[in-house]
Amino acid sequence: MSEILKVENLNMNYNSGGKALSVLQSININIEAGETVAITGPSGSGKTTLMGLCAALDNPSSGEITLMGSLINPLSEDERALLRNKYVGFIFQNFQLMPSLTALENVMLPLELQGISGAEKEAILLLERVGLKDRVTHYPSQLSGGEQQRVALARAFINKPKILFADEPTGNLDGDTGATVESLMFDLNKDYGTTLIIVTHNPDLASKTGRIIKLKSGHIVSDIKNTPSNNSN
Amino acid sequence: MSRFPFLLKTAFRDSRKNRAKLALFMSSIILGVAALVAINSFNYNLRKEIDKEAATLLGADLAASGNRPAENEILQILDSLPAKKAREMELLSMSYIPKTDETQFIRLKAIEGNFPFYGKIKSDPTASAQTFREGPSALVDESLMLQHGLVPGDSIKVGKMMLEIKGRLAGAIGSIGAASSVAPAIYISINTLDSTGLVQPGSLINYAYYYKVPEGFDVEKWKVSRKKLFRSESLRVETVEDRKENLNQAFSFLNYFLNLVAIVALLLGCIGVASSVLIYIKSKSNSIALLRCLGLRPRDAFLVYFIQVMFLGLVGVAIGVLAGVIIQSVLPLILKDFLPVQVNIATSPRAIIEGFFVGLTVTTLFSLLPLVGIRKISPLRTLRTSYDEGENKIDYIKIGIYTTIFLSLNLFLWILTGSLLAAVIYVAGIVISYLLLAGFSTLLIRLLRKSIPVNTGFITKQGLSNLFRPDNQTQTIMVTIGMGTAVLTTLLILQSILLNNVSLMDKGMQPNMILYGIETHQMKDLKKVTTDFNLPVIQEVPVVTMKIDGWKGKSKAMWMADTTMTSKRWAANREARVTYRDSISSDEKLISGSLRKYNGNGDSIIVSLGTTFAEAMDVKIGDELVFNVQGTRMVTYVGSLREIEFRNLSTRFFIVFPNGVLEEAPQFQVLVTKTPDNATMSKYRGAVVKAFSNVSVIDLTTILQSVNDILQKVSFIIRFMAIFSLLTGLIVLVSSLTLSKYQRLKESILLRTIGATKRQIIRINATEYAFLGTLSAGTGVAIAIISSFIVTKFQLDLDFVINWWSVAMIMVVLILITVIIGMFNSRDVINNPPLEVLRKEDS
Repeated sequence: MSEILKVENLNMNYNSGGKALSVLQSININIEAGETVAITGPSGSGKTTLMGLCAALDNPSSGEITLMGSLINPLSEDERALLRNKYVGFIFQNFQLMPSLTALENVMLPLELQGISGAEKEAILLLERVGLKDRVTHYPSQLSGGEQQRVALARAFINKPKILFADEPTGNLDGDTGATVESLMFDLNKDYGTTLIIVTHNPDLASKTGRIIKLKSGHIVSDIKNTPSNNSN
Repeated sequence: MSRFPFLLKTAFRDSRKNRAKLALFMSSIILGVAALVAINSFNYNLRKEIDKEAATLLGADLAASGNRPAENEILQILDSLPAKKAREMELLSMSYIPKTDETQFIRLKAIEGNFPFYGKIKSDPTASAQTFREGPSALVDESLMLQHGLVPGDSIKVGKMMLEIKGRLAGAIGSIGAASSVAPAIYISINTLDSTGLVQPGSLINYAYYYKVPEGFDVEKWKVSRKKLFRSESLRVETVEDRKENLNQAFSFLNYFLNLVAIVALLLGCIGVASSVLIYIKSKSNSIALLRCLGLRPRDAFLVYFIQVMFLGLVGVAIGVLAGVIIQSVLPLILKDFLPVQVNIATSPRAIIEGFFVGLTVTTLFSLLPLVGIRKISPLRTLRTSYDEGENKIDYIKIGIYTTIFLSLNLFLWILTGSLLAAVIYVAGIVISYLLLAGFSTLLIRLLRKSIPVNTGFITKQGLSNLFRPDNQTQTIMVTIGMGTAVLTTLLILQSILLNNVSLMDKGMQPNMILYGIETHQMKDLKKVTTDFNLPVIQEVPVVTMKIDGWKGKSKAMWMADTTMTSKRWAANREARVTYRDSISSDEKLISGSLRKYNGNGDSIIVSLGTTFAEAMDVKIGDELVFNVQGTRMVTYVGSLREIEFRNLSTRFFIVFPNGVLEEAPQFQVLVTKTPDNATMSKYRGAVVKAFSNVSVIDLTTILQSVNDILQKVSFIIRFMAIFSLLTGLIVLVSSLTLSKYQRLKESILLRTIGATKRQIIRINATEYAFLGTLSAGTGVAIAIISSFIVTKFQLDLDFVINWWSVAMIMVVLILITVIIGMFNSRDVINNPPLEVLRKEDS
């Protein structure tokens, strides 16, 4: 397996009320292609910050991040955008669909951003795959939470990402719906051979991944291999 | 460029749920563009009409006019023109109408020859435009005839002559409507004028000589080659080309004023657009962050929203242009009393193109300010809703946009006014006004916040705190509504101050009636008539007319040929009306020197001058002034300077001779009196006009009425324009309410969840709008009071009085309008269950 994400000596500080607040300290992670990783830890431990940095959404205070073989620190905003669009997929806790786009249009968006036209067929297939064949022309406001997250899943996989970042993907869903979404996410991940990085509080969800990294007060307190339990794998 | 179709598609899709809201805020630009197109269209049409009608307005190819008859030498030059000739004498006088036993102040126009050579005197019956020239007849202004119930065949007495009215005059040649409301015109022949006895030494008469040259004769060239000959005379020689230029110049002031109004409306609209786009972008920041997260470049994210805003801007500007075309058809009707020509309602392609271009440019520039902020929206917002991009770095792009706005405004105004200095002053004025309004509104809102006690009720506190809701646009609304209120209220205050000060002239023993043109032998009888009416003779003043022959050792002709002359032409050329006395009057203040008596033959004649006149002539105490007193040359020296107060209705003289010099010169008398009431005034005036037909009477009631008439007409135009500003303010209010509706809904839901009743929510909303209305109107009224105080004290030099009732009325009406609009916009929140409304908004 080849290395897909490498984090070296990563530090992140924020300025809060004139004081420097250290959010992440000396983080080192290597993630191989095809791995499924859960980043867990209590609120304020730096999970989301770490994910944002790994996904090239933010600049670290110090340290280096290499994503898909590219060192992202020196990249411009445009170059980062291109990198994300080509190799990265996202799933968010609050779904983050474009309210003015239909389910189909939301799914097609990443490909359209790449200038690929005629993505409709592929998008419909993915929507079929997540069980939303009859909802293609619906707007997000006309869909339930679970349906919205399934649209988000379809969107996340449409550009066949090499790495998928999921931020509490079931955090806003009830148990059954959450389970359906989880199952779909792992199935699609397997089908597309994507590396999956999940940020979650949920130990059940974390236990379904092959590796669990625990954070506490900005430090990695454990990084252990795990035997995935009870997922569709 | 290959990404453009995608960006276009994304822009289209993204705007789906917001088009109505976006269209609404774009409407703030509509009024500005509409005003610009309407005003420019009107201006271009007016110019076209003036060019077309200039000959008709002058009535001849060349006209020479002045306030005294042309000298023989000049007349000989003028008469050397191979032309048909006509002559006109014009004076203000009293007339007597036997049918109603009333008197009327009139503008008497006596004509000799077939004037006008171009155009026609509009009359009814048509033939009366000719028949009034024969015998003791007159053509009388139709409004005067209507007022007194006169019909052709009735009589009107002018001076000593009873004249038969031959017809109704529908419009005097080349005059404007507003002037005829002061003194309606009456046309007679010059022969008839001679018989009226109104032409006497000292009568205020305007003399005009008209010439019609044969076709092909270049009158312009003829005039230019004789320019020097006309230069030293007080005669104004005008050709059709001059008239065109003069009229265009005269109306360029109106043009500037109207354009300023349009620009202010346009800029207020732009401020509305900028703040609405800002709110829109804020509401879209999650979508933008997501697009960025999915790989959209910052520049492309900016373009997605730029396309949306530009498209709607284009629609807004197009609607504005259309509205402008409609409004321009109303302008000629509103301004007709001030125009010498009938302006046709025609769409001007130039005005449309200009309106479109200017509208689109300013919309683009003002939208760019919030739009460039998109570049800074971080994709991290998808992970953290509370993420703050707050970077304190200098944004050079924003600085560039501000600079471009500033330069474009200057350039636009430079093109419009033709003067870079005027453009810079305009822009500075606009920026200062905006800053003043914004500063004032901020100050008011802070004062209010501080002045409300801690233990104030929940409703009031909640209503007030709503004003500080993020993106509430409180300040923008206050500035736009405040600007309209300030203009309207300043106008109202100044109007009432002017009228009030004219009325004050009547107080106590201040004179309210002046009789002039009295022959010396009539004085005794006139005084008797006056005392018979139990009226006091407050002043009786002799007046001698004379011309200035020279000053400071040089003759007038020498001065006129001297290019270094510092004296003003009007002062040197005027026919001076002079009195003689050895003391100063109660309306005067001695500034320097003293009034010195004349001690008989051989003594120097020491005169006293008004400061304004002395400044205009550029003479000081001790300087020589030579007068031509009806043929006699008289050398005098300036002995004192007086400041003359113009607040009372009484006689005032720039030049005062000492007693003992002018007693034997031909002169007329002026009598000043005071009537206790209008009824006595009217009876006394009637008796004077009947017994002394050559005597003219000016009374305060007539002046007051005329001032009121003119102010009404002028203020109507200003009011019409101020409404643009107010409407823009209200549109910004509506759009900001619509754009912040979602936030209001969420607040209402929260309040309802914690137990607020429908009534409480209504009261909170009403309180918020009442605060907003009060603060907006308060800002405007406060600025109006300050500005009108400054104008009154330092410009008009009048007493500052405010009609608080009217000001209070403006405040109440504006507060009501704001509350009504606000409540109407919030009716959804109030009348439906909150979650239902929220669902509707979400979908």
